Amino acid sequence: MNVAGDGIRVIDEPSPGDRLHLVDLTKRFGDVVAVDHLDLVVEPGSFVAFLGPSGCGKTTTLRMIGGLEQPTSGRVWLGDTDITDLKPYRRPVNTVFQNYALFPHLDIDANVAFGLRRTGVKGAELRRRVDEMLELVQLPGYGRRRVPELSGGQQQRVALARALVNHPKMLLLDEPLGALDLKLRRQMQIELKRIQTDVRITFVHVTHDQEEAMTMADTIAVMNSGRIEQLGGPVELYERPATEFVANFLGQSNLLKGTVTGTDGDRRTVSVGDRRIVVPADRVPAGGDGVLVGVRPEKITIEHAGGPDRGDGGAVAGGNVLEGTLVDVSFTGVSTQYLVALPWNAEVMVFAQNLQVDERLQPGAPVRLLWAPEHTFALCPGTAAAPRDDAAAPDPPVAVTPGRIADVVRDG
Amino acid sequence: MSGTGARRWLPYLLLLPGGLWLFVFFVVPMLTLASTSLQEGSLQSGYVLTWRIANYTEAVTAFREQFLRSFGYAGIATLLALVIGYPLAYVIAFRAGRWRNVLLLLVIAPFFTSFLIRTLAWKIILSDTGWVVGALKTVGVLPDNGRLLATSAAVVAGITYNFLPFMILPLYASLERIDPRYVEAAQDLYANAFTAFWRVTWPLSLPGVVAGTLLTFIPAAGDFVNVRFLGTPSQSMIGTVIDSRFLVVLDYPTAAALSFLLMLAILVLVVAYVRRAGTEELV
Repeated sequence: MNVAGDGIRVIDEPSPGDRLHLVDLTKRFGDVVAVDHLDLVVEPGSFVAFLGPSGCGKTTTLRMIGGLEQPTSGRVWLGDTDITDLKPYRRPVNTVFQNYALFPHLDIDANVAFGLRRTGVKGAELRRRVDEMLELVQLPGYGRRRVPELSGGQQQRVALARALVNHPKMLLLDEPLGALDLKLRRQMQIELKRIQTDVRITFVHVTHDQEEAMTMADTIAVMNSGRIEQLGGPVELYERPATEFVANFLGQSNLLKGTVTGTDGDRRTVSVGDRRIVVPADRVPAGGDGVLVGVRPEKITIEHAGGPDRGDGGAVAGGNVLEGTLVDVSFTGVSTQYLVALPWNAEVMVFAQNLQVDERLQPGAPVRLLWAPEHTFALCPGTAAAPRDDAAAPDPPVAVTPGRIADVVRDG
Repeated sequence: MSGTGARRWLPYLLLLPGGLWLFVFFVVPMLTLASTSLQEGSLQSGYVLTWRIANYTEAVTAFREQFLRSFGYAGIATLLALVIGYPLAYVIAFRAGRWRNVLLLLVIAPFFTSFLIRTLAWKIILSDTGWVVGALKTVGVLPDNGRLLATSAAVVAGITYNFLPFMILPLYASLERIDPRYVEAAQDLYANAFTAFWRVTWPLSLPGVVAGTLLTFIPAAGDFVNVRFLGTPSQSMIGTVIDSRFLVVLDYPTAAALSFLLMLAILVLVVAYVRRAGTEELV
C-alpha cells in the first residue's frame, strides 16, 4: 500500500485484472432502445466519463455495470469474470447515486459502515476504516450527525465515502454533482479528481455537463441515442470532433458546408462558398467530398476589413480567411462574441478576448476572419459516425475493441 | 392598523368552529362523564355526585378479566393485521404497477357497507352449518362437534378483518414514500434482498407500522360489536361491559368509570409503545 500526499493510504494498486469490458451491450425498454450494441473497454485506474444529453443511455449503461439493470443482450466483464448475471450485491463495484440516496434512518457512521458490515467487517477494523474514509472526504468527526443535518456538498462526500470505503474495483458515479450549485460543483470536481488520484480506483462517471466531464475525466465517451459517438481524451474530443453531434455538444463549433476539391501535400483544400479553406489531411474524413468544415469560435481572429488585406481569396501564408459582415456584438466580460454573416447565407461565431478592441467593430462593419489550418477540422455532414483516415492509436488508458464503436471512432 | 388587527385574530377565528364543536360535543360530555363516574345512587332514587372514587376500584376488581381479555384480543388482532397487511401494502406500493389504484380501492371497499352488516356476514360465514366449518371438519382441523362461532378465534378474526384497512392504509402510505433508490443503494452495498428489506425498507416504514398498529389497536380494544355477533358472554370484552352497564343495567357511574379506565389504559399503553418504538417525532 502506498501513502498518498496527505497521508491517506492508497486503497489498491490498479491491477490489469480489473479491466471493465462491455461487449455488445443492449438495453431495450419496450420499444425504446436505451443502449444500442455498445462496446467499451475501460482500463483499471482510469477516470472515464459518459457524456451526453438526457435519454442518451448513459445512466442505463452505468446501471447495467452496477447490476441495477439487466441488459437485454450483451455481456459485462470485469477482468476475467463475466458479471452480467451477478446480483448487484455480488459485484465488487459501488455506486454514488444521483441525489446520493443516503439512508435517512442511519447516522453518517452507519451509512459509511453499511457495506462493510454486510461483508463482515466489524469492531476496531470497521471503526478504523470508517474514520479513515471520513477523513479522506474531509468530514472527520461528522460520524454521529444525521443525514439531514448535512449540506448538499457534505452529503455528496458522505455518499462518496460510503462507496469508497468498500475498496471497490470500480466506482460508478451517476450525475454526482448535479444537485450542487455551480461554485460547489467546481470545487467538488477538483476534489473528486484528487480522490481518484489518491485511491486509483477506476471511476466511471455519468454526466450531461461537458465542462464537468472535461475537467475530471481522462477519457470521455460522448453518447447519443444509446451509442458512443466518439471516445477520447478531452483535448482530442474538443480539437477533433468526429461528428456533428460531438462538435456541437462539446463547446460550440462553426460548421460550414463545403466540398473537398484538392490535396496539397498533407493538406486538403475545401471550397466553402466562393472561398477555399485548408484543412490538415488527417482531419478530413475519408469518403464523400461533401463535408462540414469546422472551427471553434475562440480560434478565429476577427479584424476590420479596412486594414491591409492578407488574403487572396484562399490560403496565403498558410492561414484560412473568410470575409463577411458583422451582425451582432455582445460583451460577456471575459470575451466579446461576434456574429458574422458570410456572403452565402452562413454565419460564423467568434469569441475574442478583450485585449485590443477595435472601435470599428460595430454591427454592419465589413470584417475579415482568420485562423490557422491546424485549428480546422472536417466531418461528414449529418452522420452519426464518420470514419477518419488517420491511423493513430486511441489514447490509453481506454482502448476501443473491435466492434461497433471501432467504426464510430476510427478505423485504425 | 385594522389590517394587522384582523390578521392577528384570523387564526382564532378559523379555530372557532372546530373549537366550538369540540367543546360542545367532546369537552362537555367528558366532564359530564367524569362527574357521572363519581356519582352514587340508583336509577330509582337518582344519582348524586359524592366523589365516590370507589367506583373506579370496584370497576377494576369486578371487570379485571374483561380488561385483560380486551387488550389480549386487540393485541393479537393488531399483530395479525400487521402480518396480513404488511405484505399486501408492500406489494401495492412497490409491485402493483397500474393495478395499484384498483387494489387500494379493494382495500377500502368493505367501507362501502356498514360495520354491522360486515360483522353479521362473518356470523353467517363462520356459522356451524357454513362452508368454512364444513371444510375445516373435512380436513380434520376441527373435531366433528367443533365450531368457530362463539369462540375467541371468531372474535379475534372478526376484529382483525374489521380493522385491517386501518393497518394497510398507513403502511401503504409510508412504504410508498420510500425512494426505491434506498433499496438499490443497499443492494449496491452488498445487501441481499432480505438484508436490504430488514436494514432499509423495514426501518423506513416504521412510521407506518406505528400509525397502523395504533389505528388498529385503539378501536379494537374498545370494540363490542364483534363479541356480540361472533362471541358469547364468556368472550366479553370491556366494550361489551360498558355497553351493557349503560344501556341494559343502567348503572351509569360504573359505566362511566369503566370508560375512563379504558381511556387511561389505552393512553398508557400507547405512550409506552411509542416510546419503545422510538418514533416520538412521528406521533
